[in-house]
Amino acid sequence: MTEVLFLADFSVIKPDPGLIFWTALVFILVWGILGTMAFKPIQKALKKREDDIQGSLDEARKAREEMSNLKAENEALIKEAQEERAKILKEAKEAKDAIVNEAKTKAKEEAQKIVASAKTEIEQQRLAAMTDLKNQVGLLAIEVAEKVLRKELKGDANQEKFVNTLVDEIKLN
Amino acid sequence: MLILALVFGATFALAQDHDHGSHDGHDHDTHETHQPHNDDHAHADDHGHGGSCGDHHEDSGYDPVSTVMNHIADANEFHVWKGVHIPLPLFLYAPDHGWTTGLSSMFHHGHQAVDRYVINHGRVNRVADDSFPMGEVHIDGILHKVEEVNGKNKDVYYVCAKGELFKLDPPSTVDGGFLGGGITSFYDFSITKNVFTLFLAAILLIFVWNAVARGYKKNEGKAPSGIQSFFEVFFVFIRDEVTKPMIGEKHYERFQPFIMTLFFFIMFINLLGLVPFFPGSANVTGNLAVTLVLAVFTFLVTNLNGKKDYWEHIFWMPGIPGWVKIILTPVEILSLFIKPFSLMIRLFANISAGHIIILSLIGLTFLFGDNGQNVGGAAGGALIGGLFTAFMNLIELLVALLQAFIFAILSASYIGAAVEEHHHDEAHAH
Repeated sequence: MTEVLFLADFSVIKPDPGLIFWTALVFILVWGILGTMAFKPIQKALKKREDDIQGSLDEARKAREEMSNLKAENEALIKEAQEERAKILKEAKEAKDAIVNEAKTKAKEEAQKIVASAKTEIEQQRLAAMTDLKNQVGLLAIEVAEKVLRKELKGDANQEKFVNTLVDEIKLN
Repeated sequence: MLILALVFGATFALAQDHDHGSHDGHDHDTHETHQPHNDDHAHADDHGHGGSCGDHHEDSGYDPVSTVMNHIADANEFHVWKGVHIPLPLFLYAPDHGWTTGLSSMFHHGHQAVDRYVINHGRVNRVADDSFPMGEVHIDGILHKVEEVNGKNKDVYYVCAKGELFKLDPPSTVDGGFLGGGITSFYDFSITKNVFTLFLAAILLIFVWNAVARGYKKNEGKAPSGIQSFFEVFFVFIRDEVTKPMIGEKHYERFQPFIMTLFFFIMFINLLGLVPFFPGSANVTGNLAVTLVLAVFTFLVTNLNGKKDYWEHIFWMPGIPGWVKIILTPVEILSLFIKPFSLMIRLFANISAGHIIILSLIGLTFLFGDNGQNVGGAAGGALIGGLFTAFMNLIELLVALLQAFIFAILSASYIGAAVEEHHHDEAHAH
């Protein structure tokens, strides 16, 4: 009897048209509603998000590359600027030296010129003074000589003697 | 998440429930075990009020097989506990009478016939006899007999009213009589326990996925949050592990909604079936009608999307000798139907078996308890049965998820084979 009951009551293997109808209806409804309301938009949203993430990663990598490029450029610029500065400094130093040297040479030359002209002047002055002195001494001598002569040459003997002396003196000179 | 928690809770609640239940001796199952249900539905019959009906007395011992079979069957009312039933709407169609609608409570738990319909073991039956009066008729009980029909023993039920016996027709089934059913005098399109569970699962699914989809709108361009992040894992898992590898990069997007619906529809119903009390406990995916429909959907989606290559490989496999083709073509044509058939049987058998095992383990309480005579045996049975039931429920939880996954992945692989485009060289390599 148990066996018979088993077969008879095992109703789950006997497909009920009502249950078939309702299952099909509910499944189609769930499929349609979830498909349009949830699964398709979610699929789109997930795809968009994944694309966004990939895009962001790519962008970040690009930005990083650009940054490193920029850095290299900056370094090159700085190096160039430093070189430029060094060059300018060197040139300035050279110019300064040149100017100083020139100035020194010029000053020396000027000084030498001044010294030379001063020497010439001094020589001239000295010569003038000497001439003047000679003239004065000459005049004095003539005056003295005149006076002496006048006194000496009062007698003929004296005149003669004096003339002799004068002649001797001139010889000495 | 909520459902998972509920099922876990229910698993232990069930085990505890039956430990206590056995001592009280009057819980849900104790009631069900009085085999012919007559002490609930048909007192008059069992206690000999109804003259000729009383002659057919039945043994009232515990029959574990019929109890289990009755529990996994569909029903027109939701049995909550002893004497408490939640009525469900009826939509009955008899070709010779038309539509009859109402609530299952109109049968007064088997004490009243309405328009020749009565409720028998929770299921609506119809009196096929034209002499039975229409309208509301008090009935004395329902009687079970085993009769020989066409050389086979068959269970036949009679309704006992006004001292006479009238044969009852069960609802029509579309098994063509091979499985013990067949077309009878009426069709039952009612919201049964199973249909109710289908609706419940559908509402839960729509509610949950609506919340998830809202999350994608709200958090656009932001990280997912809450329920959205929980279900996103499933969506991405099905996409990356099922549809993409099985159907291929080119076509998977079209079939993602179908595979997702299959997976979640089956999973939610399976999980609801594991909840041992209202509104769960229905054996929906363990009913062949349900798995039949799901398998037919897979069959239709697969074959309506079949590409030229797919049909060529079925009817005239390229690259093999002619005489092999003659053998291979019938095999390939058969496989068209065997594939969805295996889907149907696999899910049905797994879920039905799970329900049967759990019910059998709980039945140990009553078997060891000698139907209420042996309290010690009942306690022992409850302890052993309870422990094993807790263990089985954990396995069933795994099976519920696994079978949904298997149904989805196999469906995806069948669809994948149908939409695949073979390269020419590959075709000849066969």
